Amino acid sequence: MAYVIPKETYSGKVASMTIGEGAKSIAIGGENTMPFLSFEGAIPNRPVIAMEIQDITPDDWPDNLKKYYNGYYDDAAKWAKFCVEQLNAKAIALRLVGTHPDKQDRSAEDAAKTVKEVLSVVDVPLIILGSNHIEKDASVIVAAAEAATGKNCIIGKAQEGNYKTIVAAALAHKHKLIAMSELDINLAKQLNILITQMGFETDRLLTDPMCSALGYGLEYTYSVMERIRLAALTQNDTTMQPPIVGDVGMYVWKTKEVSASEEDMPQWGSLEERGIAWEVVTAMGMLLAGANLLIMRHPKAVEKAEKVIEELTKG
Amino acid sequence: MIVIGEKISIIAKKVREAMTNRDPKPIQEIASAQWKAGAHMIDVNIGPAEEKGEDLMTWMVNIIQEVVPLPLCLDTTNSNALEAGLKAHNNQWGRALINSTSNEPERFVMLELAARHNAQVIGLTLGKGGLPADAEERAAIASEIMARAMEYGLPLEDLFLDPLILQVCTMQSHAMHAIKAVRMFQELNDPPMKTVVGLSNISNGAPKDMRSLIDRTFLTLLMHEGLTAAIMNPLDKDLMAVMKTTDIFLGKTLYAHSYLEM
Repeated sequence: MAYVIPKETYSGKVASMTIGEGAKSIAIGGENTMPFLSFEGAIPNRPVIAMEIQDITPDDWPDNLKKYYNGYYDDAAKWAKFCVEQLNAKAIALRLVGTHPDKQDRSAEDAAKTVKEVLSVVDVPLIILGSNHIEKDASVIVAAAEAATGKNCIIGKAQEGNYKTIVAAALAHKHKLIAMSELDINLAKQLNILITQMGFETDRLLTDPMCSALGYGLEYTYSVMERIRLAALTQNDTTMQPPIVGDVGMYVWKTKEVSASEEDMPQWGSLEERGIAWEVVTAMGMLLAGANLLIMRHPKAVEKAEKVIEELTKG
Repeated sequence: MIVIGEKISIIAKKVREAMTNRDPKPIQEIASAQWKAGAHMIDVNIGPAEEKGEDLMTWMVNIIQEVVPLPLCLDTTNSNALEAGLKAHNNQWGRALINSTSNEPERFVMLELAARHNAQVIGLTLGKGGLPADAEERAAIASEIMARAMEYGLPLEDLFLDPLILQVCTMQSHAMHAIKAVRMFQELNDPPMKTVVGLSNISNGAPKDMRSLIDRTFLTLLMHEGLTAAIMNPLDKDLMAVMKTTDIFLGKTLYAHSYLEM
């Protein structure tokens, strides 16, 4: 008797959405099966990787990462253009880290200006992120959302402490929105409920259950993401159907393993390869757990992750 | 759990009058209220409908599905009326459920209709010999209904077994028989057989202000045994809250503080 592949059938489906405007807009989500199991269901869109840039010169990126952006990182628009034109970035994630009170405390107006400059030079979808400061983000993201009106961006991250203002901005300026909670599946669901109760549609919402790097809690993120996906697919839980975001780069590039020197750690091998591998492996973990959108930093790590996605999605 | 809204029934005076006068509004309002309260399916009980049953069922199906995007549970002993309802049913919202067949020969026609119209059907474990004495007798009748379903070419996953809920105020021991039967039914097949109850039968005859309490407590016990669906009152907020909370305990729904609002 011929071998029959055992298949699961799912009652739910991940929400699908388009981000960006024009020829380079991208669709994400829409699958009704677990990641890469295309024999079991439909996976209309592949996961997307956005390359991260910042509004100020990064002061905490290791040299092995920073050197790729030499001559660009002092100007967000230049940096964005470089990523799109030279590194083939399919999407850009602009992190307005300079607005954090402990960094340069840039104003919401400054942030809005940076957003406009970046949008004037790139045609790929833009993800606009705050500095992860609850109070400051509320004003920064609102101004950034207004500056990007009509560009169908993803803005975020809306958290329990500031979601009302940020959701209102996403509604007013017609953006997609990332809702973030801290490694707690029940709070992730609760935040999604609160946001949709404000009249924000599930198919405009993305969920970020908080990423973590390999060796620093990756397994917790993996479990939460996978549980979100299973609730969406097996229980048809509409509140858990938004596409998942994995904010990989920011967690990877602060670990000891990507910066400890070869002199100090000769047994760990090449420092640069180590960093790239760390980001790729973390990214793969997120993809296998169900992430639809990754935010990454190292161009070589992005390239390798894209290749793995290519191989897992072809044919 | 699948909630089948029970409020559109010929037993209710308002519904009966609307049926007689062919006045769609009251019926549509009740259907819509049940849908908004969280019903997944609407029961349409037109009784024996001996006169103009076909017209009545067709009209009911049409006016209800005009206002709610849900499948219907067609509830009548008149097989011609039932077939007319199946023909009118809009499967875009899901497949119809026939209420019901049993192990009485005059009800076998319902299996035939289900198979012919790609509908699902409730199998009430009631046989020629009157009320089943206990859970074992219910399971024995269930097996016969399953065998009959297969004869008619109806897939077993389209059959919902109903243990026949009897009122607790006069037949107390049957509450436990029905609970046990729900468990036994599932063991009759792999994948497990689906189960359904007419929930409010349990509180029939009890004082009005105690009915909701009796219904919801009984529902929890049935759900713990793996009940698939219940014909019940979705407008009873306490009952719906208990159902959602039980689904949380059973791991069928992911917890969030606002789970009752979903």
